[in-house]
Amino acid sequence: MRFYENRQLVTPGDLLAEGDYVAGKNTYRIDNRIYASRLGLVEYGDREVRVVALNAFYVPSVGDLVIGKITEVNVNGWIVDINSPYSAILKASDVFERGFKPQKDDLTEIFNIGDLILAKITSYDRTRNPQLTIREPGLGKITKGQIVKITPTKIPRVIGRKGSMINTLKRETGCRITIGQNGLILIHGKNPDDERLAIMAIHKIELEAHTSGLTDRVTEMIRREKGVRDEEGS
Amino acid sequence: MKKVPERLIDENMLRVDGRRWNELRPIKLEVGILSNADGSAYIEQGRSKILAAVYGPRELHPRHLALPDRAMLRCRYHMAPFSVEERKSPAPSRREIELSKVIREALEPTIFLELYPRTAIDLYIEILQADGGTRCAGITVASLALADAGIPMRDLVVACAAGKVDGQIVLDLNDVEDKLGEADVPLAMMPSLGAITLLQMDGMLTVEEFEQAINLAMEGCRQIYKLQKEALKAKYTAIKEEVETQ
Repeated sequence: MRFYENRQLVTPGDLLAEGDYVAGKNTYRIDNRIYASRLGLVEYGDREVRVVALNAFYVPSVGDLVIGKITEVNVNGWIVDINSPYSAILKASDVFERGFKPQKDDLTEIFNIGDLILAKITSYDRTRNPQLTIREPGLGKITKGQIVKITPTKIPRVIGRKGSMINTLKRETGCRITIGQNGLILIHGKNPDDERLAIMAIHKIELEAHTSGLTDRVTEMIRREKGVRDEEGS
Repeated sequence: MKKVPERLIDENMLRVDGRRWNELRPIKLEVGILSNADGSAYIEQGRSKILAAVYGPRELHPRHLALPDRAMLRCRYHMAPFSVEERKSPAPSRREIELSKVIREALEPTIFLELYPRTAIDLYIEILQADGGTRCAGITVASLALADAGIPMRDLVVACAAGKVDGQIVLDLNDVEDKLGEADVPLAMMPSLGAITLLQMDGMLTVEEFEQAINLAMEGCRQIYKLQKEALKAKYTAIKEEVETQ
């Protein structure tokens, strides 16, 4: 038995379903009853019941692309803040091509405190902090562009179904957009105005993530803003 | 100084602030009002005004205190120096330290602490104006702030007190009724699960009166629970309506 409609807003403790169901994300089970554990929208699958949270923090997961900030430089690596309850470790041996000698190599020459990096999570199991790698094309220090921070649960909304939203954003603003799964998004455009437009659009997506017909409204907003700008320019 | 009323319940069966025996004080709830906290909430229950802020889960410092199998909930109940009639020293008193512990223990069963080992969840409850029932209102706002922070919870925790004043069992005592009345029974519960997480008593009640008080307090909790849910949803339903009517 279902107690709500699909995509209805629920709060922690709401009884979502009773009977032969599987507890999905942000839900839990007592006997055969499924309850919500976060504020969000319910989604009923064939057997699975889940809640798409409206606000949550980032929990690391192996293979995720993340944007992080260097907070500490140690003898053999860096500590990176990845906007999560756990800070990540980037080992020096991952960064230096050949053998790495702590006596000879200066880590601050590569990354110093405050530097932003794009990295991938290679291991994480909750008993130890996540580990990062930058040994893949495109990863490493971020030198240009702007960063926007949003709730990590809304990242799928920014990407959209099969990338529809992110492709719209890229096409309409002409910016290069790199999404970190931890809620940080890197935007690099030809000029600051394009970047500002993309940031505005992302904030709109975050604010209205739980409504329908969002892609169209975002497209419309970008075109309207661009029109205003072109008029002012001429 | 406040005038001390001769009787707490008058000939029309009305209490000092004009309520009937089974009425709550007017409650106003707001969620997400602090931009720098991960989650926050504000409550006004009668003349009691409380602000709650949640930070985390985040790394626990000093590190050696971290628990290997679960997150640590740290709670601070604090009364502002200006929250009561006579200035209160801002240093935590014996009472505040005890209430911090009691509130923490009332909220711990609802949070899935085991999901985030080695981290800390910090909860700050600041009493801006006190007029009785602050531990209950504190628990009510704190659970809203936790939900706002996106911390997975089994249920929202609601708290409400019942007590005995002038020989009558009444709901949601205010400061005068608490100080001059015969008994006070604060109770916190998770209404969806039917579980009580806090139950205290101060004063004297017979077994029958105690049972009556518990049932009354639970009824009050269920009323506040509805307000809590509305407050949590308010921000999102407002955006949804605004966007979809365009």
